[in-house]
Amino acid sequence: MRHYLILLKHELRMLLISPPTYIASVLFLMLMGFLYWSIIRGMVNAPADLLPSVQFFSVFWIPVFFVVPLLTMRSIAGERSSGTLDTLMTTPTSRVAVVLSKFSGAYIFYMLLWFATLGFPIIASKLYPQAAASGLLLDPASLIGSYLFLAISGLLFIAIGIFASSITRSQLVAGMLSFTTLFVVIVGGQQLGNIASNADLVSWLNTTVNYLQIFQHLDDFSRGIIDTRPFFYYTSTAALLLGLSTLVIEAKA
Amino acid sequence: MDSIPSIRVKNLTRKYGAFTAIQNVSFTVNPGEIVGFLGPNGAGKSTTMRILSGIMSATSGSAWVGGVCVAQSPHEVKRKIGYMPENNPLPDDMRVVEYLRFRARLKEVPGRKIRATVQEVMEICDLARTARRKIIGTLSKGFRQRVGIADALLGDPEVIIMDEPTIGLDPHQIQGIRSLIDNLRGKLTVVLSSHILPEIERSCDRVIIINRGRVVASGTSGELREEFLPGNRFDLEIDGEEADAIATLATQGVEADIIDTQQISDSICKLSIKADSEAAHGPQLIQLLSQSPKFKLHSLAPRVPNLEEIFLAATKRSWEETIETKPKTAKPPVPEAQNNTTT
Repeated sequence: MRHYLILLKHELRMLLISPPTYIASVLFLMLMGFLYWSIIRGMVNAPADLLPSVQFFSVFWIPVFFVVPLLTMRSIAGERSSGTLDTLMTTPTSRVAVVLSKFSGAYIFYMLLWFATLGFPIIASKLYPQAAASGLLLDPASLIGSYLFLAISGLLFIAIGIFASSITRSQLVAGMLSFTTLFVVIVGGQQLGNIASNADLVSWLNTTVNYLQIFQHLDDFSRGIIDTRPFFYYTSTAALLLGLSTLVIEAKA
Repeated sequence: MDSIPSIRVKNLTRKYGAFTAIQNVSFTVNPGEIVGFLGPNGAGKSTTMRILSGIMSATSGSAWVGGVCVAQSPHEVKRKIGYMPENNPLPDDMRVVEYLRFRARLKEVPGRKIRATVQEVMEICDLARTARRKIIGTLSKGFRQRVGIADALLGDPEVIIMDEPTIGLDPHQIQGIRSLIDNLRGKLTVVLSSHILPEIERSCDRVIIINRGRVVASGTSGELREEFLPGNRFDLEIDGEEADAIATLATQGVEADIIDTQQISDSICKLSIKADSEAAHGPQLIQLLSQSPKFKLHSLAPRVPNLEEIFLAATKRSWEETIETKPKTAKPPVPEAQNNTTT
């Protein structure tokens, strides 16, 4: 535990001093700001059924596809290729602490990026007080639900990235691997759902497929419906992946 | 304390798939000794060191560091070892003092002592004044190497293992690292590997030569000299034919072989000879050779085989042995290697 805290502190410090962090955050916020702006603009032209924040978070997958690989591909693969993983292993640090600190560092940064997007509705409500008065921009239920969704789905996404980074020594391969895995998990689950809704499946298979519908989870959460099943899905899969990463590091010494 | 060897390795074997990196390696290092690991590329030096430091596990065999088994309690062993890997990887974007403090924390140096400990190792490695707040990425190779050694010294280890600490350094820096290792003499057990043979010879008490994954020789350089290159060697400069010199010696009952000749000018030639009998000493040879009318002796100097020659002889012998005795037995016949180490 002590080692975990030391490593986490180190990890966050390295994030703070490295320029890529700032570039990634600026790009992320620019992209998300642009998306938010276009949503608001669309609503001005034609009234929409959904709240702006609900629409905004429904495109969460766009930044996930590039931010998660960029954040995690360096973590273990980079240390392995530069050899600093070896020096880390010669200290009395457990491998679990190494993996967990990498994971927590990336996760904290990921969540900070998302919380920065809270600025968009706040800015919008300052600029359009009448819209804010109607409660459209800062609807607490949908905001809390959406951020909760991001927080727990982030566990899985970052864990995917860490696992991809742990099995290779090339950062490029790690990045591509986590990108494709994320794609399969997010889009593949959706496609599976589409197929399942057309075909007539046995009920247990149908439940399983529904269980993997990430967009469905987001839908529920952003409406303020908090379900425990997605919690279980994301945390258990993340724990599994992190455990596997630990084993991989142990085996690939 | 003295009865427990710092490092004891018994029948260590490591295989990478079908390839055997090290096979039945056994040796012992006593507390306070500085031991050099020698071997051609791919001989298994790094593998042995990595197993000792607990990064890698062995396929079979056992290793103890300070009486603690590496396989059973790796964490305990890691507290006793300071390891500097090959190429000395360091994070480029940290400052020296920050990095060392981070490492000290990881090595479980108590919080109050971190500042003092880091300051101390920086003093030892001559980093305190010059490079304290420099960014590691901007340091020269010599300073990086010192940071690596400083890191290995952190946390009060009993044993320091350095994989090629002098690789890629200029002579001044090598001198610096050598005096640094000399400073550690007696306080810690040091195991280092190197390709630079004079380096090992000067700074190490004992040498272990590894070839093709097996210990082929072990002992002080004097012992190895006797084992692998027996007989006395001399460098002579004579004015005349070299065959005459040998013939003269032979008539006086001194058997000698020419190892190497070099024509310096028309008449003068320089030759190295090897006298088989231990009785052939310098004064005797001078007397014998200066009597002869056929040639004139210009100079005679005893030639002490350096580690390079011993190394070449030892590795060559082990090549021949492995080729000849391959089907019979895998264990190399090195009785001395173990006798003089277990005492």
